[in-house]
Amino acid sequence: MSAVASILLCVAALLALGIVGIATPRPLTATRLVYGGTGLVCLAAASMAFALLATGAPPAEITLPLALPWVGAGFRIDSLSAFFLLVVDLGGAASALYGIGYGAHEKEPRRVLPFFPTFLAGMNLVLLSADAFSFLLSWEFMSLASWALVMAHQEEENRRAGYVYIVMASLGTMALLMAFGILAGTDGGFSFEAMRHSVHAPQMVMLVVILALLGAGSKAGLVPLHAWLPLAHPAAPSHVSALMSGVMTKVAVYAFIRILFDLCGGLPWWAGLLVLLAGGISAALGVLQAVMQDEPKRLLAFSTIENIGIVFVGLGLALAFRSNGMVAAAALALTAALFHVLNHSLFKSLLFFGAGAVLTATGERAMDRLGGLIHRMPATALLFLVGCMAISALPPLNGFVSEWLTFQAILASPELPGWALKVGVPAVGGLLALAAALASAAFAKTFGIAFLGRPRSEPAGTAHEVDRFSLAAMAILGMLCLATGIFPGFVIDLLSPAVRQAAGGALPSQAGLPWLMIMPSAASGSSYDGALVFLFMTASGLFAAAFVHRFASRKLRRAPAWDCGFPQPSPVTQYSGSSFAQPIRRVFGGRVLGSSEEVALPRPGSMAPARFTLTLPDPVWDWIYLPVAGAVGYAARELNRLQFLTIRRYLSLVFGALILLLLVVALWS
Amino acid sequence: MELIESLLVQGAQMTLVLVAAPLMTGFVRKMKARLQRRRGPPLVQPYRDLLRLARKEAVVAENASWLFRAAPYLVFAATWVAAALVPTFATGLLFSWSADLIAIIALLGSARFFLALAGMDVGTAFGGIGASREMMIASLAEPAMLLIVFTLALAARSTQLSDVAALFASSEAGLHVSIGLALIGLIIVAIAENSRIPVDNPATHLELTMVHEAMVLEYSGRHLAMMELAAFLKLVLYVSLIGCIFAPWGLAAPGAEAGAYLAALALYVAKLAIAGTLLAVFETTIAKMRVFRLPDFVGGALMLGLLGTLLLFVSRSL
Repeated sequence: MSAVASILLCVAALLALGIVGIATPRPLTATRLVYGGTGLVCLAAASMAFALLATGAPPAEITLPLALPWVGAGFRIDSLSAFFLLVVDLGGAASALYGIGYGAHEKEPRRVLPFFPTFLAGMNLVLLSADAFSFLLSWEFMSLASWALVMAHQEEENRRAGYVYIVMASLGTMALLMAFGILAGTDGGFSFEAMRHSVHAPQMVMLVVILALLGAGSKAGLVPLHAWLPLAHPAAPSHVSALMSGVMTKVAVYAFIRILFDLCGGLPWWAGLLVLLAGGISAALGVLQAVMQDEPKRLLAFSTIENIGIVFVGLGLALAFRSNGMVAAAALALTAALFHVLNHSLFKSLLFFGAGAVLTATGERAMDRLGGLIHRMPATALLFLVGCMAISALPPLNGFVSEWLTFQAILASPELPGWALKVGVPAVGGLLALAAALASAAFAKTFGIAFLGRPRSEPAGTAHEVDRFSLAAMAILGMLCLATGIFPGFVIDLLSPAVRQAAGGALPSQAGLPWLMIMPSAASGSSYDGALVFLFMTASGLFAAAFVHRFASRKLRRAPAWDCGFPQPSPVTQYSGSSFAQPIRRVFGGRVLGSSEEVALPRPGSMAPARFTLTLPDPVWDWIYLPVAGAVGYAARELNRLQFLTIRRYLSLVFGALILLLLVVALWS
Repeated sequence: MELIESLLVQGAQMTLVLVAAPLMTGFVRKMKARLQRRRGPPLVQPYRDLLRLARKEAVVAENASWLFRAAPYLVFAATWVAAALVPTFATGLLFSWSADLIAIIALLGSARFFLALAGMDVGTAFGGIGASREMMIASLAEPAMLLIVFTLALAARSTQLSDVAALFASSEAGLHVSIGLALIGLIIVAIAENSRIPVDNPATHLELTMVHEAMVLEYSGRHLAMMELAAFLKLVLYVSLIGCIFAPWGLAAPGAEAGAYLAALALYVAKLAIAGTLLAVFETTIAKMRVFRLPDFVGGALMLGLLGTLLLFVSRSL
């Protein structure tokens, strides 16, 4: 059986599991069955994708007699889709494993169980599709399944999130539909193969670039199309949030790569710059808003915007290099982007699992009601710390490697021609550098406020460690974060078939280099060795500890905290999430986000409490979404009159429309 | 033979930074005291402090976690590894290729991450204030440093520190405006990262604006000794970094004679002394800034780095 057929079989199994989720009478059994089954199926699909990628197997395809009668539904696996299949199914397997434990706490499992495997099936189908029709169908299927999961909890907040999400998702699909429509041309060649070989007019390519950026960018969460993401991702159950943030955004990245790198043909020079700028702004703005958030899950959702920004910076650089014929540099930039795709799927899922574990153990959403969880949930704390370090790009973990590769790609770009790129690339480099530093502030805040210090509420003080399945899922992801950080060369070699397919070239093989180092290009000689850095850090830390304990004191005494002699017993006196972010808010927030603080002090002698008010507006929401929503609402109200016309008027409307269309056709040709 | 020699050089370098670090801090303190017409503590006072701290029992707050006890070693390890990768008196270090300039910055970032977490672990207001301010300063200083690295890397066409040093040691480097901007930026970052005046005051303890001291407030005994040693190391690291890039004269190349190594060592000590004197003079002549004026100061470095990178981008292939 070919690879496509076996993965399609996995998809069918996932769809069947969705039905199992409805049909099984006992909720607990259903939970075990669905998540256990999904985990196994995803694991199988992931290992098949891994095998395809590792062996560099040639593309395989299959056409099923479904969908449109004269086209059929084409499915195909090449290296690019194999890599994304690996990311999706790895994330899916981890999420299912986590779900076995986490899903048991679900109040209404029937609202989650049927949609979880179907959501994964939808994402797999998007990656397999080889024609526009099945692609869009699977894309919409994926969107609707995830929308159902966002609506799983019947709360007011979820309804609003779901509403904004479905509107944005429909907009995105519409943009993709039009992009594919243009690519298919007047002959209606819906298969990707036909699009790849047809020649497109420059104006049409221009439109496709913009539509793809709108369609895929809105799903991935690029600024300014991101506003739904921090509402919808945290609203879903945590293992679904992990899938949406860690995995579904990657499917959007895949769609973007597929259209721009594969189907589109020759691109205008500014395409790279546009993607680059969108990425840089998303990275900086996303992380800046992440620092200000007070709910771990919301913070994680904003940080997804940042990471997607980093991926798009890599993609934009790759496009710019490719259209200027610099194949080696394009390969470097694309490797960086794909490496970050993998990394982000690993550590973002891990962090969402950790946030979900905290939610299960305490029932508290706000960071300012947590604290001291490292004592009561030691394993979760350790694994969450690994995730925090990885996402903050600290060596020797994996986040650093992809960031390092992105920086190397930026440093390869002064040779790019054109003033816009010469000014744009360093500016984006600055934004990325800023994002890297702010990310570590955001995650120092998350870990420090939620897990360290003293408990700020009763549930935080009495929390218990979560179940074994959740811990196992987090441990596997944490281990993968460490492994891909220590052995980055293997990952780069694994990525190289996918990179070669999209960029036209790949990085030199890293397997032959001594000491497991990575060196993206022999010319610059820049190298990094995760294994040695890890070894050195461990060795010198252990050496220092052993030396001090052997030759100096090893005595330890527990005593009350010192705090300069005036320890305050109330846990409220600790720094809270918003006080931790206050200096950064003061430096960046006022200018960029328009945040403001107001302190109302009572008059002298008055016993009234002082009041501190913080307003944290989202400029994108206020300046783009609200006006657009207002305009749409106005238009809808006005058009509403059309609903109550007489039949005569309807007929004249139809007539008028016909005349107009005929005129357009007449003038067009 | 060659391997043994480079191993020896690498080992000597790691020991040297570790041994020289407290002396450097002692020297700066002595110079500052002399400038203020005080006698000041003896040069070896930091060694005595470290020894005394290490011998005492460690008093740990009741609700401190394992992170609090592990952090000093992690911070020390990350800083030491970073310091071991910066050439002091000899280039071509055995393991210099394992981490480039970006990795060195990121290693310091790891140290800072754990330092901030350790500050928040006990759950006191002081720890939080230190951690949050440290992160604010870092959110400006780290991108500034990265942009400075971009500037240097664009000039040297490699992020490898030994390549950058080799370029500046040769006559090819020439005078670039960007390099000058990078030097000023790097000095500002070094001051901010090492918690020196005007960003932070290493000498006071109960000042409202303190940053570094607030984070290590709960530490005592051997833990405090490790934290202090890491801070000393960081100062030497930055001085060596500025030295090997902007004053690369007399660095011994791999395979040099024993005499050359000795001369390079003497020259390195002289560089440390000059840097220490300049730092003391600078700190004596300037006042501590208010915390919220810091963004202007450190943000200046960020702008200098950006300008330097931009100039190199634009001037390449003209």
